[in-house]
Amino acid sequence: MTAETATDATIAYPPRRRGGGRVVRTTLRYALLTFCSAVILFPLYITVVNSLLPVSKIAGRPPTFVPVEPQWSNYADAWNQGSLGRAITVSVVMSMLIVAGQVLTSLLAGYAFAFLAFPLKRTIFVIFLATMMIPFEVIFVSNRQVMSDIPVLGINLYDTYAALALPFLATGFGAFLLRQAFLTVPSDLRDAARLDGFGHLRFLFRIALPLVRPTLAALVVFSFLSAWAQYLWPLVITGEGHETVQLALANLKNRNISTVNVTFAATVIATLPLAALLIVFQKQLVRGLTAGAVKG
Amino acid sequence: MTAPLDAPVGLAAGSPPRRRRSRRVSEAALGYAFVLPALVIFGSFVYFPFAKTIRQSFYRSNPFDPSQETFAGTDIYEQVLDPAGMGRAVASFGLPVGVVAGLLLTVVAIGILRLTARAITRSTWLRTGAWCIGVAIVVASVCKYSGIGVEPTTTTRFANSLGVTLQFVLMTVPTGLVLGIGLAVLAHTQCKGIGIYRTIFSSTVVSSVAVTSVIFFTLLNPIIGLIPYWLGIEGEGPILTNPTWALPAVAIASIWQSLGLSFIVMSAGLQSVPDDLLEAASVDGAGSIRRFWSVTLPMLSPTVFFAAVVGLIFAFQTFGQIDILTQGGPNYRTDVIVYAIKSTAVTQSPNYGAAAVMAIALFVITLGVTAMQLKFVERRVSYDR
Repeated sequence: MTAETATDATIAYPPRRRGGGRVVRTTLRYALLTFCSAVILFPLYITVVNSLLPVSKIAGRPPTFVPVEPQWSNYADAWNQGSLGRAITVSVVMSMLIVAGQVLTSLLAGYAFAFLAFPLKRTIFVIFLATMMIPFEVIFVSNRQVMSDIPVLGINLYDTYAALALPFLATGFGAFLLRQAFLTVPSDLRDAARLDGFGHLRFLFRIALPLVRPTLAALVVFSFLSAWAQYLWPLVITGEGHETVQLALANLKNRNISTVNVTFAATVIATLPLAALLIVFQKQLVRGLTAGAVKG
Repeated sequence: MTAPLDAPVGLAAGSPPRRRRSRRVSEAALGYAFVLPALVIFGSFVYFPFAKTIRQSFYRSNPFDPSQETFAGTDIYEQVLDPAGMGRAVASFGLPVGVVAGLLLTVVAIGILRLTARAITRSTWLRTGAWCIGVAIVVASVCKYSGIGVEPTTTTRFANSLGVTLQFVLMTVPTGLVLGIGLAVLAHTQCKGIGIYRTIFSSTVVSSVAVTSVIFFTLLNPIIGLIPYWLGIEGEGPILTNPTWALPAVAIASIWQSLGLSFIVMSAGLQSVPDDLLEAASVDGAGSIRRFWSVTLPMLSPTVFFAAVVGLIFAFQTFGQIDILTQGGPNYRTDVIVYAIKSTAVTQSPNYGAAAVMAIALFVITLGVTAMQLKFVERRVSYDR
């Protein structure tokens, strides 16, 4: 490796130590990396292994770490027993509703804050941002009461998709994120589009939207991840009818220890969608998770 | 600005100023239409429930018929927060112990700051001292006030929860930060195959609270769990019902779960540390440890601060792990604030007033942490590139 390529590298510690020192350091780093990886991966690894074992092997000592004869039937059992299949449907529908709602409301509000002039804009923007100061954990009890008896309309939404999704259809964070993205769209572009006779709607969907697609992708991945992983709200707002994957898992845990391998299989099934998401959209996910941390 | 040029072609003619005004009106209408959907959601499911929570904290409701309410003034606040007990805790324990501990903490903090090659001036001493003593007084007071281990009644349940939550925060947040920085620095290199390691380090973001809890529930199981097996305490009392070890066990599960996020955030922060700065330090003869303390860590400090604030807020809102792993037990030793709120309000005979007061206390805590962030971000903004 020449000095020039080293400068391009993410970390450019110049190779000051020559020969043996560097080899030792590199080996040491790999050893440490591998050790940390093993510790971090262990809980996930053992879950996958146990999901392929008979219970006798899981309880057996010394423990089994490699499933020599994988027992795939655990997965079939996990799918058929209990309500996992149903719960996955509920979680998918709920998460899609939330993602769709957040994308739409954030897109429109973000565009309005970036491109449109209207009275009280600053005040409304502050109202949006202030929602981030009120954690959901503070208002979930009242929200539960509101859902069971919507004011004015007087309907009860307990244990419905509407109740699961409604509080999360808009977030201050999403609108803020999109506003920041729209602000980077050059205003010359808007002027040019206006000359071509583009109204705001056409400009938003034909020109601005493609330009903010990376931010939008980050929002989609991030909101899906948080919707899928929710626990508190589904727990207090649903009964038997709309059990989500997370609730189904928590309930499986209380089952007899003789079906613990099936519980593990269910855990793997419940994690797979997110794992696939992480692998395919790693870049967008990192963008979404770090949106507030680092500028840019 | 030239109005005729701006006008869309082919619109019905009118005098230019009027047309401009009508465009302004239609633009405003469009703006309102665009923010309206989100505003309706916020109004119905954020601000209205928030107002309802505040109202509820002043009313005593019949547990079996919540629609029957009587105005209670600040009675519920006095019952749940026990201001007299709070005052005694601050005066008798928080102040004396906090000042001494804060002074010790200041010396340690200055030692760490000196390592980061920052100029230690008188104002650094004063500011660090004020922060350390302030935090120590709060922590010491809460410890005394909470009196953990006493069987909580309605009056002392919040005090206990606050103490438990603070213990949980102290166990998880600093550990998570240090591990996150460590992993990020370790993976911040161009070695072959580093991408795989990075993916592994971020992998725990796919693990939800429920998944994490179920995995650790089984790992900690006294009969089949691997952790008791390795510790040689198989068949003995379960860890999760042990008054001393239940909370640390939940904390370890939580740290593991948040490791991925911590790593991702710290890595992103490291990416923004300019390479030429590290190179310059290297040319000046700084070894890797010196480079870490004198260049990397100071440059990373805004990220660390951000992660600390977010971590603090999340840790104060912990619920799922507790609900699945310990249900607040044994003897309320893991009864964190949100769990206390939930089990006070979502039961056969809910006490909405008490739950609302606890929720408002949680809100005030969160607000305090956020205010701290805003204050600091203003000062540190110069680190942005």
